[in-house]
Amino acid sequence: MPKLESPTGAQIARVALVGNPNAGKTTVFNALTGSFQKVGNYPGVTVEKVEGAFTQGGKRYHLIDVPGLYSLDVVSEDEQVARDVLAGTGTQESKPDLLICVMDGNNLERNLFLFSQLAELGLPIVCAMTMTDVAKDKGVEIDDAHLSRLLGVPVIRIVGHKGEGVAQLKDAVSHALLERPTASAIRTKLLSDLRDSFARAGYDYSTEQLESEVAHRPEKLLSDAEPFPEIQDLLTRIRSNQIEPRDRYKWAESITQEVVRVSEAHRIKRRSDALDRIVTHRVFGLAIFVAVMYVMFQSIYTLAAPIMDWIEGGFAALSTWVGPMVESNEILASFLTDGLITGVGSVVVFLPQILILFFFISVLEGSGYLARAAFLMDRSLGWCGLNGRAFIPLLSSFACAIPGIMAARVMPDQRSRLATILVAPLMSCSARLPVYLLLIGAFIEPRFGPAWAGFTLFAMHFMGLIVAIPVVLILNRRVIKGKRLPFVLEMPPYQWPKWKDVALTLLNRAKVFLKIAGTIILFMSMVVWALLYFPRSDADEVAYRSAYASLSEDVKQSISEENFILERQTENSYLGRFGKFIEPVFVPAGFDWRISTGILAAFPAREVVVPTLGIIFTVGSDADEESESLRSQLVSAKWPDGRPLMTPWTAIGLMAFFALCAQCMATLATVRRETGSWKWPLFMFTYMTALAYVAAVAIHQLSRLF
Amino acid sequence: MHQKIQFEVSYESKLMSTTATIPFSDVRVGMRARVASYTKDQPELRRLAEMGLTEGTEFEVVKVAPLGDPIEISLRGYRLCLRRKEADGLLIVVIS
Ligand SMILES: Nc1nc2c(ncn2[C@@H]2O[C@H](COP(=O)(O)OP(=O)(O)O)[C@@H](O)[C@H]2O)c(=O)[nH]1
Ligand SMILES: [Mg+2]
Repeated sequence: MPKLESPTGAQIARVALVGNPNAGKTTVFNALTGSFQKVGNYPGVTVEKVEGAFTQGGKRYHLIDVPGLYSLDVVSEDEQVARDVLAGTGTQESKPDLLICVMDGNNLERNLFLFSQLAELGLPIVCAMTMTDVAKDKGVEIDDAHLSRLLGVPVIRIVGHKGEGVAQLKDAVSHALLERPTASAIRTKLLSDLRDSFARAGYDYSTEQLESEVAHRPEKLLSDAEPFPEIQDLLTRIRSNQIEPRDRYKWAESITQEVVRVSEAHRIKRRSDALDRIVTHRVFGLAIFVAVMYVMFQSIYTLAAPIMDWIEGGFAALSTWVGPMVESNEILASFLTDGLITGVGSVVVFLPQILILFFFISVLEGSGYLARAAFLMDRSLGWCGLNGRAFIPLLSSFACAIPGIMAARVMPDQRSRLATILVAPLMSCSARLPVYLLLIGAFIEPRFGPAWAGFTLFAMHFMGLIVAIPVVLILNRRVIKGKRLPFVLEMPPYQWPKWKDVALTLLNRAKVFLKIAGTIILFMSMVVWALLYFPRSDADEVAYRSAYASLSEDVKQSISEENFILERQTENSYLGRFGKFIEPVFVPAGFDWRISTGILAAFPAREVVVPTLGIIFTVGSDADEESESLRSQLVSAKWPDGRPLMTPWTAIGLMAFFALCAQCMATLATVRRETGSWKWPLFMFTYMTALAYVAAVAIHQLSRLF
Repeated sequence: MHQKIQFEVSYESKLMSTTATIPFSDVRVGMRARVASYTKDQPELRRLAEMGLTEGTEFEVVKVAPLGDPIEISLRGYRLCLRRKEADGLLIVVIS
């Protein structure tokens, strides 16, 4: 087994942390490594990869937090990844040198089930037993010394967030690497059953003998077993390694009976049950759910808004500070202020929303409420192929798809998680609002009154939700591969959230998000800036000036020279030319080159469409959604043949286009980050853009029939 | 519900006695029951066995969600929620 060498020449041991979901792996991981963590993705899959390191006795240990799993028999994507990590297949990495099996002391039977499978991997194992504090409160006593004897491996009690047992665990790990204790579990038991059966039949084998003969020359054993169907059966099971869950649970029950003592107190109903009678009640439960969600989203809006303003202000100040320093070089100045600073600023501004959302999610998860919310909501989302846990990601996406997509990590089932991620951007985020407000204000409200204006705004928000339903159904049938597993949801007892874990979660989310902003989005901003800026020459500018000078005084009254030149430069830019080139594609939707260019410019971030339309419709780049001059320009704009450019129906088509289109590269970059490959963001971009186009064309063509 | 009742030899029963089994989807809150058998050998149902619902396992129905699904049960010292339909391949014997 090749081992990594550290710079000092000492060997680095690779230690994998394995256990059931919610057994406390992450808590043990945090306790062992402090905050020295690297969060990434396993290549090609949606599963997150967390790595860290710790030092013990001068030796360095590399720790991997393996995704939580119930069984080593591969059924889910998580389990496939976990298996690959443990077997050293699938990635370029070698097998771990040691496993830390994290076992929830309150739930020993089910955790021993997994242990019995891990034991068969032949790697040294150390058991870390968590939740012993909770067990004690419930009057459950676990004889860990006896458990350790029965399993053949060290069992260390650990309460990660209090730091109890951390030193002992590190110590046990370093010893186990030298002594390599081999776990004895169900296979050992089957071998001793086999030995006993053979003994009854008059054959005298030791278990060691049996083990080696089964592996290397089973012929003699098979012929000895010929007259005894019972022995044959055992032998086949051992040879094929086909051990049924039933057998494993029988073994787990026998171990649990020996090591767990439950005092009377446990038989009293759990405290959580009393709370659950209210929290999952059909009336109060739903009311509490609505209240919790309300507080959460209200906080996202109200608490984040001032910080977002502050960040925006900060980036604007940075622009005005940097601008004059590079004034001599016009290209550089535009690049730094319009490209770089604006581009990164437009993404970093989402950070407060993300942190507030994740604060709530980790508190709700840590307390056990998230499982209750999923329990309440499962039916309403389950019928179209999602599950109860999709609720928070989808609701968050109405504010912004980025935190919504990141929130989908509360979903342990990778298939549903992927489906949720792929439809999250269909929810109408707050960045679409300016487009709606601009167009409703220009075309709907003046003609049809405020009631229809309000209705249109509502319809735009509702449309994404409605469209998402068939999309999920199709995704689940045709696109997302893999077996559909039954939805299983564990209901943990209520607990106080661990504030340190909450803080670590926020820290990691912030790191991951800023990394996206600093790399992919930085790059894309520069590309789009260049497309909108170049080509630009002094000669052209002179020509534009003289063109402006020859305009009639009336026109000059309504368009400033600066805005006129800006419009001509944009029209002449690569993006503007491309907008003209692509105009025929958008004509069936009733859009001319100006709107096409606006749409193209909005692909990196849809919120730039309003200022871009401002430039193209010659009212300047500081136009916002309330701008009356931009609204009147839009209403009076004409096709070359004199027909009005936009009717209320074209406006609705344009809004529908924005509602459905994937015009946000920060979202696409986040999807890339969360799914581990470019395949899914590309797919998302394609299907959403196609949907948007079809909707806009359909609306325009239908409107012409009436 | 009565037409769904089937008679089957339960796995655990050494006496080969027949016991009335019902599909999991017919459980009621407060019921104690035992897993009798799996009607189909689907890999998806294997997940339920891995979660501890092996033949012979006793469980109690704790709660049904307000909209009728999922169902919360208590088994092996922990709480698990399942959907009626997805656990339908599970035949159970009602104890009380
Ligand atoms: N009381 C108590 N809670 C724990 C202990 N270990 C973990 N937890 C909590 O159990 C929950 C699940 O833990 P986590 O480490 O996220 O589990 P993972 O899914 O295996 O990574 C979290 O809310 C933890 O704070 C422990 O030893 N005692
Ligand atoms: Mg974890």
